[in-house]
Amino acid sequence: MSDAAHYNFAYLDEQTKRMIRRALLKAVAIPGYQVPFASREMPMPYGWGTGGVQVTASVLGPDDILKVIDQGADDTTNAVSIRKFFERTAGIATTTHTRDATVIQTRHRIPEAPLKEGQILVYQVPIPEPLRFLEPRETETRRQHALEDYGLMHVKLYEDIARHGHIATTYAYPVKVDDRYIMDPSPTPKFDNPKMDMCPALQLFGAGREKRIYALPPYTKVVSLDFEDHPFERTKFDRGCELCGAEGIYLDEVVTDDRGGCMYVCSDTDYCEGRRAAPHAAAPPIREARR
Amino acid sequence: MALSAAQRGFDDAVRESQRTFRLVLDAMAHAGRILRSDATLAPPPPLLSTSASIILALADFETAIWLDEPAADCPAVADFLRFHTGARLVRACRDADFAIIAAPARMPPLASFAQGTPEYPDRSTTLIVQVEALAGVGWQFRGPGIQDSAHFSATPMPLDFPQQLLENRARFPRGVDLVFATSTEIAALPRSARITAGPACTSR
Ligand SMILES: [Zn+2]
Repeated sequence: MSDAAHYNFAYLDEQTKRMIRRALLKAVAIPGYQVPFASREMPMPYGWGTGGVQVTASVLGPDDILKVIDQGADDTTNAVSIRKFFERTAGIATTTHTRDATVIQTRHRIPEAPLKEGQILVYQVPIPEPLRFLEPRETETRRQHALEDYGLMHVKLYEDIARHGHIATTYAYPVKVDDRYIMDPSPTPKFDNPKMDMCPALQLFGAGREKRIYALPPYTKVVSLDFEDHPFERTKFDRGCELCGAEGIYLDEVVTDDRGGCMYVCSDTDYCEGRRAAPHAAAPPIREARR
Repeated sequence: MALSAAQRGFDDAVRESQRTFRLVLDAMAHAGRILRSDATLAPPPPLLSTSASIILALADFETAIWLDEPAADCPAVADFLRFHTGARLVRACRDADFAIIAAPARMPPLASFAQGTPEYPDRSTTLIVQVEALAGVGWQFRGPGIQDSAHFSATPMPLDFPQQLLENRARFPRGVDLVFATSTEIAALPRSARITAGPACTSR
């Protein structure tokens, strides 16, 4: 008996999928609001994105093409094992190409290639509550969201400026959704925040341990919180990718040897490979790693 | 309970539930966009194949369904829904997770359904409204899921429906979400949609 016959399609039972699907529809109708759901045990540890996996399992159909990335890369252990999980339990096609994917599950990055209408981006979220580090009590954060009482969050960001001269938060930088809910964009770098604004793709967020689902419909206004005298600034890199020459994209520092050598390369491996494979890419020749 | 051939459910529940859900998700994510449904169910009238598919895909023993009078007057409809979903049928529309409206022109006001609470606005009714026609003209909407503006209308609806939509949006994040269905198409108006213009709006 094959694994696909052994499990229900995409592992989850139909009753669980229905419950998650109902939560997803509410999440889409109330952009940025965290819908509680009854998260299930998955055959992987919580740190492995069980919330995202449950959302993906509830959305996937046999005709979908799935891409899974972790920090922008398709080939990390986490990304490979989630991709294999869905190949095994749903028998679906997978890809590493952003443009070919209908569903993209991600941890920590939004692809560099612009997303299209009809695509679904599923985020794995560890801590969904943007106010949690200011207020540990769930009843209190619920109340603050209900009353749109976001003063504390603004004070925190302003203190950041007072202390550091700028807003030091570079990951999970809070956003306001359609002028209403403050939302945690998950631990994506703030470099990616502007990509969420008016994105043509549907963005779904799943937090397994915290049992929350939230969403950004396509073409939703998403604004990074800031102040008139201290506007939001996207992280800038003062160099290009040393493999493909791309500029204005998110770079990772990669250690190349055990003598302190390193290089800066695209965090999005599919984007980098695509540029290098393109016949007319304006990319510099690949150089040897520095010694 | 003996069910006639006309009361069969999904042939392939896993696949058809997923496909129906994705259609509703697509509709809810693109407020006012009219989508073609390939639903093939043959439910007892006045249930339409489209709306029956939606309720079979989304309802179960954890949910409560409310039927408007023409739907409730037909016992076969209640039998069909109970048999295929296990859902509870409720008498008060404010207790419903899903409401099925077969006669939209005289439907109860949107405000009479479950609106959710300020802390839990998701505890609200999703209305499945069976209409004769959907059109990409008429009322104008802006908001999430809409790139610039979208035109959409459904008929027949109560005369004051645009005003009810204004009030529904004013209650945000509380409010109800609507899924419209003809025999071949569906479209949705999530509570986030802002009605900005339209025949009955401008004439007021
Ligand atoms: Zn590169």
